[in-house]
Amino acid sequence: MAKITMTVNGKKSTGDVEDRALLANFLRDELKLTGTHVGCDTSQCGACTVHVDGRAIKSCTMLAVQADGAEVVTIEGLAKNGKLHPAQQAFTECHALQCGFCTPGMIMTTAALIKDNPKPSDEEIVHGLEGNLCRCTGYLNIVKAVKRAAELQAK
Amino acid sequence: MYAFQYRKAKTLKEVGEWLAKDDEAKLLSGGMTLIPTLKARLAQPTQLIDINGISELSGIEVKGDVLSIGAATRHQEVATSKVVRDALPALASLAANIGDPQVRNRGTIGGSVANNDPAADYPAAVLGLNAKIITNKREIVAEDFFQGMFATALEAGELIVRIAFPLPKKAAYAKFPHPATGYAMAGVFVAETADGIRVAVTGAGEGVFRWSDAEAALGKKMDAAALEKLTLSTDNLNEDIHGTREYRAQLAKVMAARAVAAITGKK
Repeated sequence: MAKITMTVNGKKSTGDVEDRALLANFLRDELKLTGTHVGCDTSQCGACTVHVDGRAIKSCTMLAVQADGAEVVTIEGLAKNGKLHPAQQAFTECHALQCGFCTPGMIMTTAALIKDNPKPSDEEIVHGLEGNLCRCTGYLNIVKAVKRAAELQAK
Repeated sequence: MYAFQYRKAKTLKEVGEWLAKDDEAKLLSGGMTLIPTLKARLAQPTQLIDINGISELSGIEVKGDVLSIGAATRHQEVATSKVVRDALPALASLAANIGDPQVRNRGTIGGSVANNDPAADYPAAVLGLNAKIITNKREIVAEDFFQGMFATALEAGELIVRIAFPLPKKAAYAKFPHPATGYAMAGVFVAETADGIRVAVTGAGEGVFRWSDAEAALGKKMDAAALEKLTLSTDNLNEDIHGTREYRAQLAKVMAARAVAAITGKK
């Protein structure tokens, strides 16, 4: 067991975890932040994407102990003062979801993508979303939403 | 995942000592292969020694004609580093197309090279440039380092510290990624080096290898047309649900031609 402390969505969070616990488990089971979804559990679908120290990562493929001392942002921490993040706003406007299971990961990846590249082309968007799968095949609206998110961010 | 003990090492010396005491321990760098392997219960190490944050394993620098990259450098850092983009743009673009963004934000060059997945991208650049693998014990040239599927010259207790790439006159990498995994179905690194043309192929065989016929043909004329009459031998190529040997041989040839076209600027 290890005692870990990290800042999650701006709040200091401490917990005791097994060495083998994944960051996704810690966020969901200990902190009850269930917006981070575990889709495939084989590191492929990206539904569990969160930001660790500003970078998008798959929280099912990082140990919770490795995030000790880190700054973590989950889908629950993206909106600020009741105002949706541009990525959240854009996914809503463009109806970029069908079942919605992949959406938290898609939005976290989008938020990171438009931070690195404020004006992505369609090709860069598709390349940037390679680590996120949507089994409803809703990609067209998702790509539109990323474009819209970039526009909203620029405003 | 089976249980293990997690330890975070602060120095290279510490890693060496811990490894020497426990031959069932595994090193954890980016974890992009190791963690999925553990989750599938395909491995049961006693300890995971986390080597993230060890200063000796970090940093990117050019000294003379050599680009040296610390083993714990993440793909994203290699892809976006101004030093790499200026000195060896082919390596930056190779790194920018590994896996997906989340993988590139965690995965490391040392981990990829040490794992030697037969479809990984980095081994093509390492062999294509005959880079030097600097470990905590010695230096190994790429020619001697890669020893087939997931096998390398690394011994127990040995880890990669840095990788030193001799800078080529020109180089390019082209790959045909598997559409689902992003792994190379065939990836070819072509380099004009001080010792002549080198062509390294990944993804198609049991491990990265040099294609000597292509090297000879391109040595005579650096032109994609020089490859047209060649056929890559299928003797040691992979055949699986994704493609036949013949298909991979053809893909390797097409990727080699694309890499050459990127070097010469001709289509």
